[in-house]
Amino acid sequence: MSKGITPRMSDRSTPRRAGGGTGAGAGAGAAESAAAPLTARASALHAGAWWVWALGLATAASRTTNVLLLGLLVAVAGYVVAARRTDAPWARSYGAFLKLGLAVIAIRLVFAVVLGSPIPGTHTLLTLPEVPLPDWAKGVRLGGRVTAEGLVFALADGMKLATLLVCVGAANALANPARLLKSLPGALYEAGVAVVVAMTFAPNLVADVQRLRAARRLRGRPDRGLTALLQVGLPVLEGALERSVALAASMDARGYGRTARVPRAVRRATSVLTLSGLMGVCAGTYGLLADQGAGYGLPVLLAGLAAALAGLWLGGRRSVRTRYRPDRWGVRAWLVSGSGVAVAALMIWANTYAPGALHPPAVPLTAPELPLWPAASLLVGLLPAFMAPSASGGGPRDTAEPEAAGHRRTGRRGPSGTAAGEVPRPRPRPFPEPGASPWTPGVRGAAPGNGEGAGPGPLSPPQRRGTPTGRSGGAESTPTQHPEEPK
Amino acid sequence: MIRFEQVSVTYDDAGAPSLRGVDLTVPEGELCLLVGPSGVGKSTLLGTVSGLVPHFTGGTLHGRVTVAGRDTRTHKPRELADVVGTVGQDPLAHFVTDTVEDELAYGMESLGIPPHTMRRRVEETLDLLGLAALRDRPIATLSGGQQQRVAIGSVLTTHPAVLVLDEPTSALDPGAAEEVLAVLQRLVHDLGTTVLMAEHRLERVVQYADRVILLPGPGEAPVMGEPAEVMAVSPVHPPVVGLGRLAGWEPVPLSVRDARRRAAPLRERLAPLSPPTAPGAPETPETPQPPAAGAPRRTRTGFLRKARRTSDTGPAPAAAVTGLAVRHDRLIALRDVNLSVRPGETVALMGRNGAGKSTLLRTLVGMHKPAAGSVRVGGTAPHSTSPAELLRHVGLVPQEPRDLLYADTVAAECTAADGDAGAAPGTCRALVSGLLPGVAGTTHPRDLSEGQRLALALAVVLTARPPLILLDEPTRGLDYAAKHRLVEILRGLAAEGHAIVLATHDVELAAELAHRVVVIADGEIVADGPTAEVVVSSPAFAPQVAKVLAPQPWLTVGQVREALVVPEVAP
Repeated sequence: MSKGITPRMSDRSTPRRAGGGTGAGAGAGAAESAAAPLTARASALHAGAWWVWALGLATAASRTTNVLLLGLLVAVAGYVVAARRTDAPWARSYGAFLKLGLAVIAIRLVFAVVLGSPIPGTHTLLTLPEVPLPDWAKGVRLGGRVTAEGLVFALADGMKLATLLVCVGAANALANPARLLKSLPGALYEAGVAVVVAMTFAPNLVADVQRLRAARRLRGRPDRGLTALLQVGLPVLEGALERSVALAASMDARGYGRTARVPRAVRRATSVLTLSGLMGVCAGTYGLLADQGAGYGLPVLLAGLAAALAGLWLGGRRSVRTRYRPDRWGVRAWLVSGSGVAVAALMIWANTYAPGALHPPAVPLTAPELPLWPAASLLVGLLPAFMAPSASGGGPRDTAEPEAAGHRRTGRRGPSGTAAGEVPRPRPRPFPEPGASPWTPGVRGAAPGNGEGAGPGPLSPPQRRGTPTGRSGGAESTPTQHPEEPK
Repeated sequence: MIRFEQVSVTYDDAGAPSLRGVDLTVPEGELCLLVGPSGVGKSTLLGTVSGLVPHFTGGTLHGRVTVAGRDTRTHKPRELADVVGTVGQDPLAHFVTDTVEDELAYGMESLGIPPHTMRRRVEETLDLLGLAALRDRPIATLSGGQQQRVAIGSVLTTHPAVLVLDEPTSALDPGAAEEVLAVLQRLVHDLGTTVLMAEHRLERVVQYADRVILLPGPGEAPVMGEPAEVMAVSPVHPPVVGLGRLAGWEPVPLSVRDARRRAAPLRERLAPLSPPTAPGAPETPETPQPPAAGAPRRTRTGFLRKARRTSDTGPAPAAAVTGLAVRHDRLIALRDVNLSVRPGETVALMGRNGAGKSTLLRTLVGMHKPAAGSVRVGGTAPHSTSPAELLRHVGLVPQEPRDLLYADTVAAECTAADGDAGAAPGTCRALVSGLLPGVAGTTHPRDLSEGQRLALALAVVLTARPPLILLDEPTRGLDYAAKHRLVEILRGLAAEGHAIVLATHDVELAAELAHRVVVIADGEIVADGPTAEVVVSSPAFAPQVAKVLAPQPWLTVGQVREALVVPEVAP
């Protein structure tokens, strides 16, 4: 085994880490080196750390209506995303969340204009014709006065919601949602897989719609407009259905849903614990929220939670699955999540010492000012931009894979990305003269390091060294290394 | 290892069984190839091994299938997951996770293999399949060959005793197919894995097989035997077998190497003869200009280009592309492409997956806007022409013909096509009857076979009688009979004066059909010339007959047969 694989192993480690210089053990020993390591599996940040950080920022956002502070928060999240985003498909969702945030602000403003605002104001901007409403709709107003105060209040309110969305989007772009699944308890894993598979269908649907709309052009029908969209609906749904059936077959054949044999008593206990636990949680929550019974609410809630967790743990015994390289919660994960928690805590604290600055009044109209200490505490959220493993150093991996990328855009950015189109690409090699050995490594893979035409390794079939026809049986010349463990 | 005992499968809505009388044993450690025309139940037979038939698909299975001693009647697919690895036709439908490494580990996670064993096996499999450099990559960004290797790797990590593959190389370019087959051979030789594989492209796989199972027709009992024995009688066979049968070699050769060793007398006989030119092949006035890869190509000035075009005395080209560049976002898909296609000419575009073949075809129908250069199709610029107008100049049959079909019956599809093209009612229906005899108008396009669907899409495109016809990867999933019919149809169209451009990985198709071959690599044209010249000099794109009879310029069995038969009949 060692003989065949050694050259390959070195082959692997050179191109990947050439740019950074941090070794494979970066995950554990990362804290010692000041420079952040490149994102590789071993050094990748725990997905949960990103979510804790993002939720921390979101909590901070929910504690203020100061437009300047909210803007600063969006900038902080945006900077971290720009600095630490990878080139994976899920990382591109950030733009969508930004647009969604803008849409939220716009909708909030439209509502404030059309439905009016409960905020009393003196600066009337314009007056819309008011629609008289019947008695039972008292309290609702259509049209009427639109005041500057109302709009400012709506803007701040919408901005708060948009910032929350942007924070969630940042977590989404920075952490692979599928990776987060690995941290779920075993009993929930399979449900989680189903959810993630369902989520990946949305992008597939969009791609299908685009392909089929383009295909309409081939039939001589317009490929734009609503009709085009509607008419491809049925074929798109058909395609999606077929794909999901194929995927289900594949998952079934690969052992999805295998269960271990557990004693009947354990199974019963699992059901009883889970059910009673959930009921306890419901009753406890009710007790806490209702006017009476706050005394027994908390204990019941806690007992219910404990029972439900025990049920989950027992249920996990039914699942045989193991986990492949779960993310490690290392020093950097502590720092990243800690920075998020710190931002949230500092903002909550700031509410006690500077409530006025965090919630500038809409009436009377005042220009919001940037309070120094709360703003400084938001900047703590920038820590991940320096401490989290960076996406790529622009090594050979990023510049030399035109074939692999194919038509699909890999969405690279940063130093290597700016040059994605313009890098001096390796010139395609000429076809070899007749008679030259056609299987010389490199003939197919014109670009070095693209994996498809990788150099000699244990994979190199006997043909590559063999005759020009290259299709002989090859049994006798097959090297007899055994890459498997001895049995 | 796999034992079929009197197996027959009947699907619920079908009258006759899809599979009948299968009674055979696949021994351990063999690479067993399943061949037969389309629609004889190859996929069904493969499905019975993994238990997906009938547990997942429904239907009734009579008899018994045992894999490594486990009866598929009592074991569900998930309980066979540790002994059978299945890879279907479309690798993309196979992936559950989104990165290479997670995908390799997924099956092992389901089986509950300890983490350190998983880690070791993933590393071994990455090396075995040459995927190490791609380990962190999202699967969606990989090329077709890489995806296929990941799919195979993802079932290999559980160390299955049996590997079941449905058309593993159909969608791949010749080089990527060689890679996948090399991996399979290595598994069989080094690890003793039993491989059961169905494949239409026999020229790629038959020489690797230890055993061939032939399903001769729907519902007929299979024939199992040594590859040479079965190939001698099989209705589907690769060109090298056809050549062997023609020359009367016993046993028939399966690989180019076997054939070449015995071909010396045949080469001598053929030496004084010359291959007949394909009928209707127009003269090629332009000298082929394979650009030297070392020297940068000089761009001609506008004046010279114009002068050159006016000096062309032939009929107006069906398509003229000059200095074309196409970009997808920041990725340059095509650069400085010059291509001219004349009426009656058939041009094959070849090159590896992702080289830019499909982009060029789509640019010719205006789906991409050129970033530089010009595209003229029948005197119009495709991207700025309305679809209805463009339909009269050019038609494209996409890689997935189903994308073109919206209606729920063949007849409705034809009526719609007549309407789209402004043709007389019945035009499309007449074309369909010509291309697809015996298909009822009430058939749902989904129920057609792959080849029939292609013919229907072609008929729909032909309804507007475009002078230029483009086909993207038309032989994917076609058996030899369907392919032969397609070749006949396309030859007829070329003889009528249609210009045809096809993007294909199928070297045998290009050899049969194309007057000219254009090789694209990395978005640039690297070779452009008559088929015989380009193809014979290229190891990757040479058809089998050319490899056997090199350096003589024979390309197809048909040519050899004509040349051999005619002189004998004459006296």
